Amino acid sequence: MAEKVLMKGNEAIAEAAIMAGCRHFFGYPITPQTEVAAYMAKRMPKIGGTYLQAESEIAAINMVYGASSAGVRAMTSSSSPGISLKSEGLSYMAGSDLPAVLVNIQRGGPGLGGIRPSQSDYFQATRSSGHGDFHMIVLAPNTVQEMFDLTVEAFELADRYRMTTMILGDGMLGQVMEPVDISRGEAASTVTKDWALTGTKGQRKRNIINSLYLEAEELEMLNLKRFEKYADVEKIARTDNYLTEDAEVIIVAYGICARIARNAINEARQRGIKAGLIRPVTLWPFPKNQLKAAAEKAKAFVVVEMSMGQMIQDVELSIRCSRPVHLCSRTGGMVPTPESVLEAIENAAQAERS
Amino acid sequence: MEIVFQRPKALSDVSSHYCPGCTHGIIHRLVAEVLDELDLTGKTVGVAPVGCAVLAYNYFECDMAQAAHGRAPAVATGLKRANPANIVFTYQGDGDLAAIGTAETIHAAARGENITIIFVNNAIYGMTGGQMAPTTIPGQITQTSPYGRDPKYAGFPLKICETLSTVDGTAYAERVSVDSVKNVINAKKAIKKAFEYQVAGKGFTIVEVLSTCSTNWGLEPVEALTWLRENLIPYYPLGVYKDKEVF
Ligand SMILES: Cc1ncc(C[n+]2csc(CCOP(=O)(O)OP(=O)(O)O)c2C)c(N)n1
Ligand code: SF4
Repeated sequence: MAEKVLMKGNEAIAEAAIMAGCRHFFGYPITPQTEVAAYMAKRMPKIGGTYLQAESEIAAINMVYGASSAGVRAMTSSSSPGISLKSEGLSYMAGSDLPAVLVNIQRGGPGLGGIRPSQSDYFQATRSSGHGDFHMIVLAPNTVQEMFDLTVEAFELADRYRMTTMILGDGMLGQVMEPVDISRGEAASTVTKDWALTGTKGQRKRNIINSLYLEAEELEMLNLKRFEKYADVEKIARTDNYLTEDAEVIIVAYGICARIARNAINEARQRGIKAGLIRPVTLWPFPKNQLKAAAEKAKAFVVVEMSMGQMIQDVELSIRCSRPVHLCSRTGGMVPTPESVLEAIENAAQAERS
Repeated sequence: MEIVFQRPKALSDVSSHYCPGCTHGIIHRLVAEVLDELDLTGKTVGVAPVGCAVLAYNYFECDMAQAAHGRAPAVATGLKRANPANIVFTYQGDGDLAAIGTAETIHAAARGENITIIFVNNAIYGMTGGQMAPTTIPGQITQTSPYGRDPKYAGFPLKICETLSTVDGTAYAERVSVDSVKNVINAKKAIKKAFEYQVAGKGFTIVEVLSTCSTNWGLEPVEALTWLRENLIPYYPLGVYKDKEVF
């Protein structure tokens, strides 16, 4: 029988990582993700794992770099300002093709900003999490159950593609408590890591983990190869759709905004407006094809997000601006209300009629 | 015929990129000889820095990681925690360790991380063309202290062994030099002791090696050795600063 446990989103992430075979966690406190670290600090010593509180986010991500180089499943977690500090390490990990899982429970910004939930790190996560040409896989849960499930999946994807995978949540998802079926966790991967630094034992040639290539041609070749891999990663792009079959107005929202949007959609339907939801589960790769297909039937799109409008650019790009795309957003840690989303749906429908 | 001298097995059979007369080569050799003598190469993972030694991963015949500027102690921490049976060392310059990587260094020591740091102090940034380092001594002329380092203006040099000796997690800290045969022999003893301490699980060990940068000091290799002896050693006295077995 499925075992259901009442957990905070942040705790679900930590428990999922442990169930996925992660035994090395390196962290540094920051609100609103501190429960991830606290959970790890409690559990890891009991199961022969490592919880290490680093002196900074920079050190933490570099410890992940080291542990991942040694072939183990490793993880770090932070919130917005801390993620900025990790960008150097993320770039080095990408340049060295190292797998790892990174959690960003976003808070408002820029700068020290606030500690309330936000989605304003979308560009940073999907566009430039560091210098150079590279990407991370970015997964966006919208329930505590999904925080658990996607974390397990994140480790698998990281190992399969030798990439950093980010769980992009927000302060609200991190803090909310919901029942979670934790029997869905899976044991450690079967991916062989013959590239790992475990000591040659005199049995093989040395392995080198490195991102320095002084020959421009060689570096270009490696970057092109990495982008061939990214083309393959595009296959994992996915959405979770709600009432989209006949929808004329399509909401695009991820994370907590998607849950708010559902309520607004139900209300809109009662008022006779055919509204539906496309929720990107993968933010990178962005589910372009799914949106393109939806644009063939829908009349208008409304993007709901907790930023001044970041994901909206991906939506417009995906549908090549073939339909009007409206923005319904709050920023700074404010969460949109179902009423404001309903109003945006009504306005979009009205604009189409007139 | 009996072989009395040869390349250590832990050192790759490739020519290095270091400038002629640079003592980075001697220090590489000492580390390799120690790995051979203690039979550690097969279980060792080294971490290369950013600086002239960035290509160290090409020169040691063990598994190697290349770290971001200054982050080698954190990378080494991750490697060691993931696999405590491995012997893990970093090889870092003074810009790498004592400027951008100060926090990573001090905290790896504070945690008593069971790793070994080979710290090459040439009192200058070599790779980027001779700028002032945290270790540049008062009066020393560099590209970015063109009138000589003035502590009133540019601050004082950092004395790493002295600093780390005050950190409880440091098991062993010694400063050595490679300017003379006698000092090279001492340097090797210190490096060997540091690795032996790590094998025994004693904690954080660091060997600071005073080294030359004839290119950026603007001196002939032999003059550079003399300059090191006459200027660096008085400012950075050689010796054991911390030894958990003794103090
Ligand atoms: C984040 C970052 N900042 C700056 C640099 C440029 N950089 C490369 S080597 C170096 C200084 C290295 O000096 P040192 O550690 O003393 O080693 P040496 O070259 O003297 O052996 C710097 C600043 C870099 N690669 N990365
Ligand atoms: S620049 Fe200086 S430290 Fe670097 S290899 Fe040349 S002599 Fe050695």
